[in-house]
Order: sequence, then structure tokens, then C-alpha cells
Amino acid sequence: MLYFSKLRIIFVSIFCLFFIFVASNNLLHQDSRFIDKKINLGLDLQGGSYLLLEIDNAPVIEQKLQNTSTLIRSFFKEKNIRISNLNLTNDKLSFSVEDNFKQQVIDEFKSQNSDINPYYPVFKSHQFNLEEVGGVFEVSFSNQGLVELKTSSQDQALEIVRRRIDEIGTNEPNILKRGNDRVLVELPGLDDPMRIKSLLGKTANLTFRFVSNDNQDSFGVEKLEYEDGSSEDFVSKRIILSGENLLDAQPRMNNQTNETVVSFTLDRVGAKRFGKATSSNIGRQLAIVLDGKIISAPVIRDTIAGGNGQISGGFTFQSATDLALLLRSGALPAPLNIIEERTVGPDLGQDSINAGMIALLIGFLLVIIYMFFKYKVFGFITNFTLIVNLIILLGVLTLFEATLTLPGIAGIILTVGMAVDANVLIFERIKEELKNEKNNIIAFDSGYTKSRTAILDANITTLLAAIILFFMGSGPIKGFSVTLGVGIFTTLFSVYFIARLLTAIYVSKNKDKEALI
Amino acid sequence: MIKFNKFYTHFNIISLILVILSLILLTFKGLNYGIDFKGGTLIELRSSDNNINVSNLRDNLNQMDLGDVSVKKFGNDQDYLIKFENKNDSKNIIEEIRSNLDKSFGNNFDFRRVENVGPKVSAELLKSGVIAISVSLALMLIYIWIRFEWQFSLGAIIALFHDVIITLGLFSLLSLEINLSIIAAILTIVGYSMNDTVVIFDRVRENLRKYSDIKIFELTNISINETLSRTLITSITTLLALFSIFFFGGEILKGFSLAMIFGVIFGTYSSIYIANTVLVRLNVSQKTILKEEEKN
Repeated sequence: MLYFSKLRIIFVSIFCLFFIFVASNNLLHQDSRFIDKKINLGLDLQGGSYLLLEIDNAPVIEQKLQNTSTLIRSFFKEKNIRISNLNLTNDKLSFSVEDNFKQQVIDEFKSQNSDINPYYPVFKSHQFNLEEVGGVFEVSFSNQGLVELKTSSQDQALEIVRRRIDEIGTNEPNILKRGNDRVLVELPGLDDPMRIKSLLGKTANLTFRFVSNDNQDSFGVEKLEYEDGSSEDFVSKRIILSGENLLDAQPRMNNQTNETVVSFTLDRVGAKRFGKATSSNIGRQLAIVLDGKIISAPVIRDTIAGGNGQISGGFTFQSATDLALLLRSGALPAPLNIIEERTVGPDLGQDSINAGMIALLIGFLLVIIYMFFKYKVFGFITNFTLIVNLIILLGVLTLFEATLTLPGIAGIILTVGMAVDANVLIFERIKEELKNEKNNIIAFDSGYTKSRTAILDANITTLLAAIILFFMGSGPIKGFSVTLGVGIFTTLFSVYFIARLLTAIYVSKNKDKEALI
Repeated sequence: MIKFNKFYTHFNIISLILVILSLILLTFKGLNYGIDFKGGTLIELRSSDNNINVSNLRDNLNQMDLGDVSVKKFGNDQDYLIKFENKNDSKNIIEEIRSNLDKSFGNNFDFRRVENVGPKVSAELLKSGVIAISVSLALMLIYIWIRFEWQFSLGAIIALFHDVIITLGLFSLLSLEINLSIIAAILTIVGYSMNDTVVIFDRVRENLRKYSDIKIFELTNISINETLSRTLITSITTLLALFSIFFFGGEILKGFSLAMIFGVIFGTYSSIYIANTVLVRLNVSQKTILKEEEKN
């Protein structure tokens, strides 16, 4: 165990130097020309916000079933099957048909190439389940149908969230999918997520609809509150124009009224539709509805043909800016709820870094002094190894661009404490061997050999714990498992290559000395 | 040579009492779950006004109908930790608290940390924490089962449960908060305790092969003594590192390092007095390991 070939010595040295070089990259302020990698600081160290958003898919499901009900009606009408009592309750569409058509309806739904119930050719499962309960058919989303619906609304939500956050211009946001109905947002350096939270909390579903006080409207009317809560109005369910037709929206100062407004530009289709609707309805009130609340309901005085318009509604410059931003980036497919939020201010992050570094330094010094006191020369070897071990650990973390968190720093400190274990096991074993064996080289050799299984066992158990933490933990805790786990490998490397090499050199120079350890 | 085996029975009884007490505490007093597992909101704030203290902060917040509010000092004199259930589900509750505090005490607060965990997430975190600990115990069991004979596995696992239960019992007794980092600490304790036990077991097995005429009662004692200096040195260096985190690593890591300190102490104790006594009580002998080796 003590013999090292020249080649191996060179290899070990190059390996160490490489990682020392990589680790030193973290100290440089500008990027190195060779390796532009650095350890990332976690949100708990650099400050920032972590938001976990959950998509509330219930309205989407209802909307999709509503569309399907229209589809079912026209689909069977073409086939001369009369559908009656078509109803939507509790995420289920129910309808009834005459008995002699029942089998035909079932066939249409269960057919592999069904037009009304797709997905089968791709997923080997239909979009909807059809059940017959007490003579009434019930249509609901199948599992595959729900998965598809959730995935697509998650994709859309991710895109809209990204656009909104990009519009605000925070540095290096991290926006990721979680599960099939969640979106994770990490915003480094942001210490007050108030504005982002309020922007993400809005669906931003914009519609232009006529105020319709008579109940004669063929589309039906609904009672909506004004944004400021001042009053209510009846508004037609017929949508003249929606946010999808907006090309651009900007906050503006209206020179005549001295009021902040949001001016918008419509696309071609929207402009045409808007022009037509306004020209034939001069004198009526057009309500501008955002997320079920009326922002304002101006009276149409003239045809608006150019596709440009203004929304006024007692905005401050900030609220007009936010509304314009929401309109530009588009509507979310479904409302988002913030189900987890963690925000750390930058000064707390800096305090944590300082405290962590002080703890690391003191822990390190204590261990070094203790080992030196315990083992003298070999303590010196252990300590030297420990330092190289730490640098390699930092080098590996840099190479993988790992994220360092506060628990991660704790993991490094713990590694310092536990890294000496392997060397202690070896040295204690050598001490025992020396009691019966006068030849230093043989005693050292068998000390290394005999302690090997215990060292492996001991490290594998810690590694298992770290692996589980890595897969189960989130954020900061993951950082802990990474440093702890990587620390085990760097420790084993430094003990078996660096410490053993140094020990071998020392022992071969002092092989005749007594009481070597 | 220290006669550890003289006290096997004594310490077994003490441990049994401690485990039972811990279980009673865990059943009746329960654990003090933090917002990670219970849901709710946490605010760490720093004030620049010396007139502010825990009681007038609490009075102010109690007016806001936040549910159960707890206000505590947090490390530094002007740092406070506020926790509440956040029942009324207002989206801008943080802003409301900020403006309410500013109105009552003047604008001298710095919100250093805000955490808000919804009930769904906290339930999931708790579940994954329990799964993580169970999976780690199971993996340790499998690992040691592969490496050693079943008597040894049983000893190691009993020692592990002993450490985890007593550490949790102590947290219950002292009403210390259980959060995500405590789960990390417990998993690390599991790894550490196992590590310590395995090293001694390794030696027990080696000695079983070497001496056929020494009874397990003596043999465990010899093995403990032979590995004693290693056990102590490693425990001491690990504790040095942990104490350094505890005293200098900042408030956030206090709970984590404290749990680890308990765990390392119990882990060291249990590898000597629990794991080994299981071998003695199961009357492990040279035959046990030879039989196993013949099978392979």
C-alpha cells in the first residue's frame, strides 16, 4: 500500500493542481480565459425570492367542457341525433338521448378514430370518459385527458410567467416546471417580490363588452363590479374583443385630461371588429373588463377605426405601467396561486456568508490544532491533506457549477470534521500494528490494508444519507447533500492518494526510527 | 483496558427508559413543527429602534387578526422572528404587516427574511421528510445486511432507532422547532451513527475470527477498547466542527447544529452500549460468522 510509481505521483499532482486552479477561479473577479465556471450562491446566501406557483386548473376544465358541450350539440345534430338536457355540473357534462340512439352515441365516443373523443391514436386512451348513469350520459375528462390539459396549461403559464418577469427585467430569473401543475420561479437579488407577486397573481383576461341594462341580450348578461368597488353594472356576455387581439399596450399621459391611460394597438382582425362594433353602437357604453372586474365603461362617441384606443380608469403611472405590461405579455390560461414563498434580503444573505465563513475557519482551525496535537508529524500530514481536500472540494463544486447554500457551508464544515476520520482509522490501526511489528514499513503497509474495509463501510453509510437527501430535499437542503456527498469522494481521494503519498515518503526516509507515530 | 461491559445492563436500562420517555413525549407533547411542516408565515425583521420589544410587537400584531402569532427574539438584540398561521389568506399580508408596523412604530424595520408555506406544500414537505428518513433507515438496513450477519444488522438498526428517537424526544422536551434542516440533520445523524457502529462491528468480526475461545461479552469489550481512540478522536473533531457552526454559524443554523450535536453524542454512545449489547444478547459467536461465510 505504500508504494507509489512515478507516473502515479505525477498523475496525482496534476489532478490536485487542476482542481486548485479551478477553485481559484472563484477568487477572480473577471472570468478566466480557460474556465468560466464559478460556484453559484444559493438564494439564501445572495438574497432573492423563491416562489412556487400552482395553476388552478378548475376554470380551464370548466371552460374546456363548456366548449365540448357546444361541440357535442353540433356534432350529433349533423348525425340527426337529438341531444337533450345538456348540462355542466361538477366537471361533468350530462345529456340524454332517445333510447334507440344510445348505442350510436356510445360508438361515437368509444371509436378509436372518434372525432368527438380524440387522443386514442396517439395515447391509446381517449380524452373523455363516457358513462351511463341512470339513463343519462355523463362525459368527464379521462386521466390522459386531464394530464394533457394540465401539461398544456402549464406550458402556457410558464411562457406567460416568463414574459411578465422578463418585462420587469430582474437579473437571471430561473423559471421551471414542477410536477404537472406548478411553476417555480427563482429571482436572485430581489428582496421585495411584492410587485412580481401582484403581477403573477393576475390572470389578465381582458375583454371589451357592451354594458347592457336590458335583459333582452341574446347572449345573456352578468352583473360585474367595478375595479374600485364603487358600483356595479350589467354587462353582456358577448365578447366584442379580447386581449388576444392586442399587439401592444403602453402607459401614456393623456394631454387633454391630464390622466394616465393605457393606450393599445390592435391587430388587423381586432381593428376591423372593433371598428364595426363601435360604428354601429355609438352612444352605448363599452365596458373594459379585466379578470371579471370592470375597469371603466366609456360611452362610444365615434367609430374607432384605426385599431388604436385608450383605457382610462383612474390609473396611477405605476398601475398603468403594470396593466400595460400584463396586456403586452398576454393572459394566463388559469389563475396562479402562490403556495410557497421564501425571500431573503441581501444583507441577511451577506451575514449568513460571513457567519458561515467564520464558522468554517474556526472549525477548521480547531480540527487542525487538535490533529496536530494528537499526531504531530502525521497530524501535519493530515492537516495538509485536509486543506488540499477542501480546495479539491471547492474545485469540484466549481466544475459542476453547484449552488452553495448556507446548509451547504454547514456540509463543508461537517466534512472537515469527518474527513479526518479516515486518517484517524489508518493511524490508529498502524499504532496497533506497531505493537507487534518492528518493521515500520510493514506495519504502515498493513495498517493501511486492514483499515480499508472499515473506512469504505463508514463512508458508504454517510454517502447513502447524502444521496437520499439529494433526491428528497429541496433548495438549501439539496446544497447540503451536494457538499456532504462530494466531500466524501474528495476525502477518500485525498486520504488514499495525498496523505498516503506523504506518509510513504516520510516513512521510507525514517524507516529505522522507533515510535514513528 | 476500560471495562465497558461491566455497565452493559445499566446503560441498556437507562436507554430503554430514555426511549420510552421520548416516545411518551412524542405521543403526548408532540413536536414543535415549524412553518415548513405546519404551514404559515415567518418574518425575520430587524429594527433600528430600541423601544421596540417582543411584547409591543406582539400587541401590535395581535390587532391584525393573523391567527396564532408568535414573536421571538432572534440572535442579535434587534432581530425578531414572527410566525403566524396566516389564516385569512390575504395575498398582501406582508405588505399589510409592514404598513401596520410602520404606522405604529415609525419606519425603521428591515424585513430580512419572509417565508410563506401553504398548507398543501407543508403537508407534502412533511410527507417527503418522513419518507426520506424511512428510506434512509431502510437503505442502511439493506447495506449492513449485505455486509454483515443479521445479528449485526439488528444491533445497528436498534442503535439507529435509539439515536433518532432520543434526538426527537429531546427536541420535543425542549420544544425546539422541527424544520427542513432538522430532517437533514437527522439523516446525517443516521449516517454518522451507522458509521460509528460499523467501525466497531468490523473489529468485532475480525476478532471473532481471530479468537475462538473468548466469549462475545469479553470480545465486544476488547473491540470497543481497540477502536476507542478512533471513536473519540472522530467524535471530538466532528463535535469541534459542529460547535463552531453552533456558535459562529448564525441563527439559522443553530437548530441544525444542535440536532447534530445531540445526534453525534447519542450515536457515539449507542455504538458502544446499544449495538454491541445486542450482539451479546443474541449470543453471537465464531460459529455465527463462519456459518454465514460457508453459505457464501
